[in-house]
Amino acid sequence: MATFHIFRFDPTKDKTIRFDRFEVPDKKGLTVLDGLYYILENLDGSLAFRSSCRAGVCGSCAMHINGQYRLSCTTSVKPLGKNVTIRPLAHLPVLKDLVVDLTNFFRHYEKIKPYLITNDQPPKKEFIQQPAQRKKIESLIDCILCGACYGSCPVAAGEPNYLGPHALLKAARFIFDSRDTNDRERINLINHNLGVFRCHTIFNCQQVCPKKIDPSEAIARMKMKTVWSKLRGFFGS
Amino acid sequence: MHKCNVLVVGGGLAGLQAAIDAKEAGMDVIVISKLHPIRSHSGAAQGGVNASLANNPAGKDDNAERHAFDTIKGSDYLADQDAVEIMTAAAPGLIYQLEHWGCPFSRSEDGRIAQRPFGGAGFPRTCFGADKTGHYILQTLYEQVVKNNIQILSEWMVVSLIVDEGVCHGVVALDMQTGRLETIEAQAIIMATGGGGRMYGRSSNAFTSTGLGMALAYWAGAPLKDMEFVQFHPTTIIGKNILMTEGCRGEGGHLVNKNKERFMQKYAPSKMELAPRDIVSRSIQTEINEGRGFSDPVSGGFVHLDIRHLGSAKIKERLPGVRDICLDFLGLDPIDEPIPIQPGQHYTMGGIDTNKDAATEVKGLYAAGECACVSVHGANRLGGNSLLETLVFGRRAGQSAAKYVAGLSDRIFTKNTLADAHKRQEFRLNKLCRQSGTKNPYQIRDELNLTLDDKVGIYRTEADMKKALTKVKKLKQQFEKIKPAGTDTRLNYNLIWILELEGNLDVAEVLVKGALARQESRGSHSRLDFTKRDDGNWLKHTIGKSSKEGAVLSYRPAKITKYQPQERKY
Ligand SMILES: Cc1cc2nc3c(=O)[nH]c(=O)nc-3n(C[C@H](O)[C@H](O)[C@H](O)COP(=O)(O)OP(=O)(O)OC[C@H]3O[C@@H](n4cnc5c(N)ncnc54)[C@H](O)[C@@H]3O)c2cc1C
Ligand code: FES
Repeated sequence: MATFHIFRFDPTKDKTIRFDRFEVPDKKGLTVLDGLYYILENLDGSLAFRSSCRAGVCGSCAMHINGQYRLSCTTSVKPLGKNVTIRPLAHLPVLKDLVVDLTNFFRHYEKIKPYLITNDQPPKKEFIQQPAQRKKIESLIDCILCGACYGSCPVAAGEPNYLGPHALLKAARFIFDSRDTNDRERINLINHNLGVFRCHTIFNCQQVCPKKIDPSEAIARMKMKTVWSKLRGFFGS
Repeated sequence: MHKCNVLVVGGGLAGLQAAIDAKEAGMDVIVISKLHPIRSHSGAAQGGVNASLANNPAGKDDNAERHAFDTIKGSDYLADQDAVEIMTAAAPGLIYQLEHWGCPFSRSEDGRIAQRPFGGAGFPRTCFGADKTGHYILQTLYEQVVKNNIQILSEWMVVSLIVDEGVCHGVVALDMQTGRLETIEAQAIIMATGGGGRMYGRSSNAFTSTGLGMALAYWAGAPLKDMEFVQFHPTTIIGKNILMTEGCRGEGGHLVNKNKERFMQKYAPSKMELAPRDIVSRSIQTEINEGRGFSDPVSGGFVHLDIRHLGSAKIKERLPGVRDICLDFLGLDPIDEPIPIQPGQHYTMGGIDTNKDAATEVKGLYAAGECACVSVHGANRLGGNSLLETLVFGRRAGQSAAKYVAGLSDRIFTKNTLADAHKRQEFRLNKLCRQSGTKNPYQIRDELNLTLDDKVGIYRTEADMKKALTKVKKLKQQFEKIKPAGTDTRLNYNLIWILELEGNLDVAEVLVKGALARQESRGSHSRLDFTKRDDGNWLKHTIGKSSKEGAVLSYRPAKITKYQPQERKY
């Protein structure tokens, strides 16, 4: 048996939050998501949580589990011990239990113009991109927008308008893509005190990312690039 | 109330492509999706998407016609050949477009899109981004949706299509976050709700890949086609049945039984592990049934997928996602150990009956992607062809719907139609939330899963399928007496799963009836009591229409253009 302690809150009904306790029987390979389904199907049909792929690729199921933001579907219960404590992602309004409102999260994403911009007329076939050029965006493109980094970021906690590691990572994915020709505008979109310079390199995002991406490294690379482009502007090249 | 010209139901690849094209044609478009589009199951596609770019030196003679031939042969000649030709001809253009939109395909040394071999294909034709192709394409299309300012209603679940005198006018949907039923009026509706894999238990599909989308169209009077053709993927990990892409074998992986034999030698000596999926799945199942597999007390029989000889560098570069899945869910590293795999339900070849313009029998109602059946996959889909189908027919659906709307003169229904539909759904939801039943819905789901796994799986017999049909009918009766979902409809996942179940039960009935009726073996439909393909009697599509007495079947011949059916040998 594992004991799940789950954050419960319904803003339309509840005045305060509470933690409910559920006993979940052990099973070989039991994941936290399996446990949540066991509870929904057998113990409390009102429990709210998101999930879909159960394979760590859709990004639905990020939550705070025993002290860390992770995907519930790829987290095994066994190494967590007898007690599993689950809270929703932080810094976003709770809609019900483990389901948060991601409106603001996606609004930030939209602000950085999350699509390739090229001034060049596209060729008849594909743009040529050397393997070495593609390597520059390799890990940046794997983000599943699960929100684990955002939930763990103390800067996002204090400033809801901070773009956040997920949106900045997305910006990096275009800035370092050999096909994108829009550097100047892109840099303007992140070169402000709610953008790259708000990041205090606390590295939480790097630690929690279930896809092993390092947004802080990408942000550092972009800071360098913004500084360079300013200098270039200054010397008028 | 929301209103638009074209309403797209589903935010996966087919839905987003359709939305982009309808918008491009000047339509006012809304995408409605029970999941945020980025969470759609398309994002789980691993191996790649087919197009005869001829980038790989070994594929320099490839072209759309050869792609068409491989697809038709792979389909065991049930695909409509004119539709296949449309698809393979459009493929390169759509791949280039994705690339121009920024899709990060893997590259070959010369900087062009890399292509890998896939099952049943004569040339390395599958374009890929590592083993995360679906994720990259889905991100790319979503980016274009943002760029084009297309409105999205996210976490809205469609529960009914509004049809009046054979014309579709909109949908009733549950806004999951508010718990309210909403009506959306639209001049054309495009279904892009994905596959129904979760009718089965052992499935590579997401939990949300249910038959509900197909059921919505079926209830609205659009027939379902070829539902008996269900693809079992040869390689899903034991336990959770998460997919190990065909790319594992495309890159050179082996299938090995407990005697350390590469058993595909016996079944497909020339193509070996890269024979089409139906053949490889049957081969694995035969090895297991005849005692040459391994066995696990909970997960059942399995064999090994061995990629160790590819070496650490190649595995990390080309199959990093596969490796993560093995580490996360099996606790083993495929660099050091073989992967325990078994066949699992993977793809719904059948679906909402459409023509090659993605139109259904109901006016104003279109369908594309896995929920639809054009048919380009016939009795067996080739790997890498379904991502392609979502793009090609997503686009055609968007364009056809736009053309239809542009040609409409005036509104042809009264407001009452919408209000009545809304009232009916209110009544239905109220019943599901408050009735005094006692039957556990999850038990009904589990029994349905088990029935299809055991009795309508890789090998089928009349006796088994008769039992399955009786069971499905019984489960449908039990559904009438389920324990209610609780009265608060806000983020009520219990209610959501009950709605999914209702769709699954009706679609499963069409599936089992179609399978029982088809007295031959073709592609994925493999009968122990009718072991041969029978072109004289069965070179035709099954059409399942809803009636008061349940599904009623009829048939329509498959379209042949220039490829006469031959024996399928690999
Ligand atoms: C693990 C895996 C790997 C695969 N790999 C490959 C591959 O390498 N190559 C290949 O060609 N194919 C592959 N396939 C198949 C391919 O990925 C799918 O067929 C394809 O992505 C389906 O896309 P779709 O747009 O039709 O549906 P989906 O992507 O499933 O999208 C369905 C959408 O409909 C919405 N929806 C459903 N019901 C409702 C409702 N009632 N109301 C509102 N919205 C609703 C959902 O929210 C979702 O947005 C793979 C499949 C799986 C399972
Ligand atoms: S359910 Fe998809 S990432 Fe966990």
